[in-house]
Amino acid sequence: MNNRKLLLENIDIQGIESFDIYRKNGGYRSVEKALKKMSPQEIVEEVKISGLRGRGGAGFPTGMKWSFLAKPEGVPRYLVCNADESEPGTFKDRYLMEKLPHLLIEGMITSSYALGANLSFIYIRGEFMYILHILEKAIAEAKANGFLGKNILGSGYDLELRVVPGGGAYICGEETALLESLEGKRGNPRIKPPFPAVKGLWGCPTVVNNVESIAAVVPIVNDGGAAYAQIGIGKSTGTKLISACGNLARPGVYEIEMGMTVEEFIYGDDYCRGIANGKKLKACIPGGSSVPILPHFLVCKTAAGEDRLMSYESLSDGGFASGSMLGSGGFIVFDEDQCIVRNTYNFARFYAHESCGQCSPCREGTGWMEKVLHRLENGHGNMRDIDLLEEINKKIEGNTICPLGDAAAWPVAAAIRHFRAEFEWHVTHPEEAQKRNFGLIQQMVTA
Amino acid sequence: MIKVTIDDIEVEVEAGTSILNAARKIGGEVVPPAMCYYSKLPGTGGKCRTCLVEVAAGSAADPRPMPKLVASCSTPASDGMVVKNKTSQRVHDNRGAVVEFLLINHPLDCPVCDQAGECNLQDLGYTHGNATTRYEEERRTFEPIDIGDKIKLHMNRCILCYRCVEVANQLTNQRVHGVLNRGEHAEISTYIEQAIDNDFSGNMIDVCPVGALTDKTFRFKSRVWFLKPMEATCACTKCSGSVVLWMFGKEIYRVTARKDKYGEVENIGDKTAWICNECRFEKKDLAKWNVIGPRVIDRHSVISQGKYETNIEPTIKKLS
Repeated sequence: MNNRKLLLENIDIQGIESFDIYRKNGGYRSVEKALKKMSPQEIVEEVKISGLRGRGGAGFPTGMKWSFLAKPEGVPRYLVCNADESEPGTFKDRYLMEKLPHLLIEGMITSSYALGANLSFIYIRGEFMYILHILEKAIAEAKANGFLGKNILGSGYDLELRVVPGGGAYICGEETALLESLEGKRGNPRIKPPFPAVKGLWGCPTVVNNVESIAAVVPIVNDGGAAYAQIGIGKSTGTKLISACGNLARPGVYEIEMGMTVEEFIYGDDYCRGIANGKKLKACIPGGSSVPILPHFLVCKTAAGEDRLMSYESLSDGGFASGSMLGSGGFIVFDEDQCIVRNTYNFARFYAHESCGQCSPCREGTGWMEKVLHRLENGHGNMRDIDLLEEINKKIEGNTICPLGDAAAWPVAAAIRHFRAEFEWHVTHPEEAQKRNFGLIQQMVTA
Repeated sequence: MIKVTIDDIEVEVEAGTSILNAARKIGGEVVPPAMCYYSKLPGTGGKCRTCLVEVAAGSAADPRPMPKLVASCSTPASDGMVVKNKTSQRVHDNRGAVVEFLLINHPLDCPVCDQAGECNLQDLGYTHGNATTRYEEERRTFEPIDIGDKIKLHMNRCILCYRCVEVANQLTNQRVHGVLNRGEHAEISTYIEQAIDNDFSGNMIDVCPVGALTDKTFRFKSRVWFLKPMEATCACTKCSGSVVLWMFGKEIYRVTARKDKYGEVENIGDKTAWICNECRFEKKDLAKWNVIGPRVIDRHSVISQGKYETNIEPTIKKLS
């Protein structure tokens, strides 16, 4: 497959992080085109035509999100870029911002113009402090060259861009918690409705978009929404950054066209080149830690026997019974030696640690799941615990204020659904469970 | 005005009313329980998830059901909405689960808790809780701390409803306490045990749905159901002066604001009758009060079990 790159095309050029070289390689064309030739409404239309879907995980159409933005008279509007990337297994935004800071700035200028925002924010995770410096340098360069500040390129449009670091809480990646944090408060998700498009930052209409979504606006404006929609398959258009990690021969961040087969992505020479050390594939989490895990026989083929593709639809084919989600593109692969119980415990520990503690099902439920899984993992569990886990995650799912509760429940539910035998093995073989080499058990059960 | 159907009972409410308040307009059994929502404190609600209800039809314009259960306290009702509370098994199951979650780290020290008998969590556990627990791990514990010289905080009992935080935000001139830490380790506290010293801070005790915040002048003095609640007033310059005196013989054990059947402080006129710390903690002398008469308590409440009769002559002077 001839793979086009829209975002990472110039990433290997020496010094691309500086303004001059980025500009020489066709950078900031979208700003010129947008401010000189297009009206804000036309840009929103192009984004709608492109079919771009939010790259942060939920996959909500970006154009539709933009058109929901309330536009009352005399009230400022804000665009906030969500760079609080902290999901285990996802590291695409960090790579993009580190290597191509100007691509994000360019996307922010174009998108802010489309939304009529005169003050925009990039909310960045506190641990990415070095990237904050990279971005601030890029903003200063853009400002010096007249792409930010007052009267950009003589168009009369003003834009101020600020980078704000968070404190490093996963929950601040949830858009309303992000806004609270940006306002200087405790990062607790807000009760919705009202949605940020109506009442967001400081009570004003706000759009919150992922880094990759905003970067994707650049090629959409440059080449038109229709050209972007040509790439991909069905409702999954364009390209997607996938951060592949785990037991792969060549992990890393890849830009793929939507619709590539999962098999090619894992085993293809241009991509991950198969499982490391000649081992066998055991399981895969295709979209970051919060999406359901897939056992090896459901990774490359769907339950119906069709090829599984890297797209929103194909990965969720079969619902949660035999599918998963594309999520944020954190592609985690496990080889035959990995323990699913241990991995599930690790994720449960993460979510228990990162729960904000505002609503009771998530606050108490995530901690409880962590403790039960700790018991199972260390060989102190019994069969009842497995049912108890199922019961707890069913009661967390859907009953919480924000999606963190669902994100905590899904991986546990899916692990039990597909790897129940391994959980049971932990109960029946507590001593061997301590030795931590039981990946083959599941292979034998399912082969 | 919009029409909402809750458990097959139709009610007409103003546009923008929450489902919970629409149900309260009907009253009785269709009212979902609320642990964190407090109608007198804007901004509360949505956190405890005990008021979850099923929306079988979103509105007359869009009759699709809502896929998830919604928090009735923070979801506005719309015209033609059909809500199921008592009549939904799903609501019952999930509410039971929320109660289980609230109780796994709760110490269940009701026998020594001052709130027992007037505790929302106790009532909720009675209606929706399980007889036994499935939680085998150690419960999280905190040391009780003094916040100010009149209020004791038992963080172990707290369900993090954030009501007391809103009291401090809205009734006092400066908030010095809040929620520290995250997730399971979240706790209500003052920063480095700073004392809360404010004229209206005592209202935190009244809004606390459990026994996390208790009155230090009343701690361990008596069970509430041995006391006689008497309505009384005084001429206070700071607050409404409308209180309930909890008495044993002629001795005043404690003073609280007047609470309605949902455990919320009552409105007098159109103002909520919050009381000041002086009325609450200092005036334990009967001579300082005009006693109106016995407070009517719901007959199902354990407090009514005392069948209180008064030997104090109501000193009804001129009451406005």
